[in-house]
Amino acid sequence: MPKHKTHYEDCDVLVVGGGMAGTGATFEARHWGRNLRIICVEKANIDRSGAVAQGLYAINCYMGMQWGENQPEDHVRYARNDLMGLVREDLGYDMARHVDSTVHMFDEWGLPMMRNKETGRYQREGKWQIMIHGESYKPIVAEAAKKSADKIYNRIMVTHLLMDENKENRVGGAVGFNMRTGDYYVFRAKTVIVSAGGASHIFKPRAVGEGMGRTWYAPWSNGSAYALPIAVGAKMTQMENRIVLCRFKDGYGPVGAYFLHLKTYTQNANGENYEKKWYEQTKKMVGEYIDHHPVPTCLRNHAFIQEVMAGGGPIHMVTKEAFQDPHLETVGWENFLGMTVGQAVVWASQNIDPKYTNPELTTSEPYVMGSHATCSGAWVSGPEDISPPEYFWGYNRMTTVEGLFGAGDTVGGSAHKFSSGSFTEGRLAAKAAVKYIEEQKAKEIKVSDDQCKNFKEIIYKPLENYTVGRNEITGGTVSPSYISPIQGLQRLQKIMDEYVGGITANYMTNDNLLKKGLELLDWLQEDLENVGAEDYHQLMRAWELKHRTLTSQCVTEHTLYREETRWPGYYYRGDKLKLDDENWHCLTLSRRDPKTGKFIMEKMPVYHIVGDEKKKKAS
Amino acid sequence: MSTFVYMTRCDGCGHCVDICPSDIMHIDETIRRAKNIEPNFCWECYSCVKACPNHAIDVRGYADFAPMGHSVRVRREEEKGTISWKIKFRNGTEKDFVSPITTKPWGKFIPKLSEADKPNQGEINSEILYSEPKGLNTNKELPTISKDSFKKGVYY
Repeated sequence: MPKHKTHYEDCDVLVVGGGMAGTGATFEARHWGRNLRIICVEKANIDRSGAVAQGLYAINCYMGMQWGENQPEDHVRYARNDLMGLVREDLGYDMARHVDSTVHMFDEWGLPMMRNKETGRYQREGKWQIMIHGESYKPIVAEAAKKSADKIYNRIMVTHLLMDENKENRVGGAVGFNMRTGDYYVFRAKTVIVSAGGASHIFKPRAVGEGMGRTWYAPWSNGSAYALPIAVGAKMTQMENRIVLCRFKDGYGPVGAYFLHLKTYTQNANGENYEKKWYEQTKKMVGEYIDHHPVPTCLRNHAFIQEVMAGGGPIHMVTKEAFQDPHLETVGWENFLGMTVGQAVVWASQNIDPKYTNPELTTSEPYVMGSHATCSGAWVSGPEDISPPEYFWGYNRMTTVEGLFGAGDTVGGSAHKFSSGSFTEGRLAAKAAVKYIEEQKAKEIKVSDDQCKNFKEIIYKPLENYTVGRNEITGGTVSPSYISPIQGLQRLQKIMDEYVGGITANYMTNDNLLKKGLELLDWLQEDLENVGAEDYHQLMRAWELKHRTLTSQCVTEHTLYREETRWPGYYYRGDKLKLDDENWHCLTLSRRDPKTGKFIMEKMPVYHIVGDEKKKKAS
Repeated sequence: MSTFVYMTRCDGCGHCVDICPSDIMHIDETIRRAKNIEPNFCWECYSCVKACPNHAIDVRGYADFAPMGHSVRVRREEEKGTISWKIKFRNGTEKDFVSPITTKPWGKFIPKLSEADKPNQGEINSEILYSEPKGLNTNKELPTISKDSFKKGVYY
């Protein structure tokens, strides 16, 4: 095994992951911590990393308080309705009250915002969305982070968090390796903000072979958002709340602008509105939630899935009418070019011109994330002024591990943040981290050389596994001693797909399947001690896989714990096929004991911090 | 789709290697040019295509679902602040689009916070963030909500 040089970096605020949340954290940390050492570590290159790497055509979370368009409490109602009643309303309100100042900065920095020619306001796509020409969204926010950071480290994969050896349950930094040089990096830090990505590729994707990377969420989002806090025993919440997306077939091109701005609509193969066909059946499962407006995302998925299973497919988006308007046609295409180029490629290859052909839709494989119409993630403290006692322990967005903060996909319970809300949450976490340092909470942190050396051995083990195992065989990819990262990944995807509610099972699972899935995941976890990596690139893939697997275990434990079907259309518990408000109108929490690897589950009350508007008006 | 590199146009400069979010553009040590080492981890994000100064990188739709004979080409011009696209269908239909990518000179209006006004005494204990409450454009304080109205449990 080659010798790997070790680099040490001591800092005050360490931001892990330079996507939307991480750039927001890095930027804001400098305002509050003028003399602090602020470091951002990124697996790729922050100019094009994270979910917004290829751009965005809309900012999906903007209140428009300056024009009285929406208030934070309206967003709380919207998000909790979409997630079937269960969100952290304190976190959602907090994000929503700050998000406008974030968007106004983007505007000042040069992000091209579309404007309504009559009103001069930002052009609305829907109630919450505003339209942008966002091809360079990520390079713009990256510039802001670069100006604030003491140093940005690109191409370093963070594999583990370091823990303080003086005080129990307090963070001490993070370690990782540079995938170009192979060097080992130790970041000893007073606070760590995990702003890494959610998880694609834990469930088997619909695309196969070369197209495997064409997932809806970026293939480089490997669940570090969850694996890093889970591994050190931070509590997690709502990890069962995976998301399934209804998107254009094969390319997973976005439908938001099509529904909201172009006013296109869906129908089955016979030209029928299929959604109303499933109303009564859905009502039996979820009761009055089906009458909510807007209809929750999962329930619209549910109708889609039921219709396809009943033989009514393919489901089409009716575009032929809207695309007769040349302006709307341009919007429709630029929407893809600005954020999902692959969909334009699919349509070009299959001669699909939406002006003359209504394109097909599909439901995606499930994803685990905390920033879209779903809210898996770490259990964090809310802000002091609006958080109930169970939700507050001193520092906004701090996990249950001291000094360890989260933002973006990492934070559970705060759904519908999207890009602007994730950046905002990074800002919130950064301010709180600086406050934590100022209040002397990070004194006398001890990270011994032994701890660092131990991780170094663990990190590079896949290289050794390969070197030793490869010498046993003549060639090829089959070894009795190691598995490659891609082999392990496909095993993980098959387990999750078949036992935890993936596409081939039509999102169905149950108690027995989940228990079997956990057994298989345990064996996979053991076998990952023998994953073999032939170079540093594959070493990165090996660690991505390990993070995905730990995330998957947590997802499966949560799915087993929640004995109801809360989000039909995201997944089904066949043995508990109804929504059960009496027993499960609560948040689920898990903690994995770092010593034993066992998960302990608990329920946490859900607080509704704003009332129902209609009921209020009626009274 | 997945990216590929034309032999005669690539000069091995490594811009694509630097930018690829998936770390799949690498320099082949024998031919000293870039190549996609792992097409099945390509998100078709076009970051490498946009970054290539020689327009040496192109995309061919994923073999598992895209018929051949199409192309989606791009030219990103940072000085001009625009991005131009040309879509070619398998049947020859062509579509062109141009969009702005920025409204300001690069980076010039992004503040360097270490040189900006310092936060006021005590603001670290408030709920406001940088630029707030002014940056909300509401002429109001940051909104908050009374804990008296909180309800625990099912009903809201």
